[in-house]
Amino acid sequence: MLTLQFVPYSEINHLTSIGRIRKLLNLAKENKIVLLEGRLEKDEETELIKTTMEEINRDFKGIELAVVNTSSGDDPFSKLKSSFVSALLGNKQGFTIIGPAKVIKNIKRDPNKLQILMKDANSKNFKKRR
Amino acid sequence: MKTSFTKFIAKFFRNLFGKRGTIRLGVYGPVNAGKTTLANKICKDWIGEELGTVSKIPHETREIQMKEKVKMKLDSKELDFNIIDTPGIATKVDYEDFLKYKMSEKEAKQRAKEATKGVIEAIKWLENVDAVLVVLDATENPYNQVNITIVGNLAARNIPVLIVGNKMDLKKAKIKRIQDAFPQYPVIGISAETGKNMKDFYEELFGLVK
Repeated sequence: MLTLQFVPYSEINHLTSIGRIRKLLNLAKENKIVLLEGRLEKDEETELIKTTMEEINRDFKGIELAVVNTSSGDDPFSKLKSSFVSALLGNKQGFTIIGPAKVIKNIKRDPNKLQILMKDANSKNFKKRR
Repeated sequence: MKTSFTKFIAKFFRNLFGKRGTIRLGVYGPVNAGKTTLANKICKDWIGEELGTVSKIPHETREIQMKEKVKMKLDSKELDFNIIDTPGIATKVDYEDFLKYKMSEKEAKQRAKEATKGVIEAIKWLENVDAVLVVLDATENPYNQVNITIVGNLAARNIPVLIVGNKMDLKKAKIKRIQDAFPQYPVIGISAETGKNMKDFYEELFGLVK
């Protein structure tokens, strides 16, 4: 069974950067696919990758990550509007998908679509890793 | 960590006296994009020696490699660089992926362990660079979260970025895809292996750090 866990931004908003990363990574390590409302800060995204690498072992092979930004554009006005909304409400725009690499094979994306390729649960490889 | 204010002051005095010190140029990007091939090409072009070994097996570069005092000259302008080649950034490392390259399980596990350390080192070194070349494989989909995270992180730190679409000698290469993915950054298509478009690359690099 595959669990998709929705994490509203309010659940991470009050946490420190380390706390946010810990929460999301712990969920991924429980083999859950996390759908986070909004996104982490830029430096938190990098820190998430770094922490993931520090924790790789026999059972945990890392994560697949995709941040989908739903802000309207790259023009100065849109950026200003986006910064203003972020300052007021936090990084609530868009969404972030984080899943364990042993469940998600790959996340393919282009400007218009996002494809999550899952590992075959019946494959010898998958069974062995579980 | 160097604050934005300290960086601003350093830049102000550099501009005031019209001279810059050595520029620490980081070479970043995902695994197997050709970072070391490009770092080697730059070093070979300007000092006649290479920096590191390249391989088709992922995570060949697992430690930071640096070549100091690489003096480049373009028209009348001379710049000194420290070229910092970094391990490829990844969000997952599985030793089993190395087994298909005819490695023993022990070798594959060792490589995976070193690869994870390499990614951590590469991320730590983001604090120690003045400008960055983000090297992407132009035959691959550029909308990869690792690429977006690296570029976003550098932008947040106000570090100048030149996006290099490598492997332009290959038929599948499409520089337009990279330009569309990162419209707010300078993008140059090259082949570090064949030397294609390197003159334009150096012009872009000098423009980036001027």
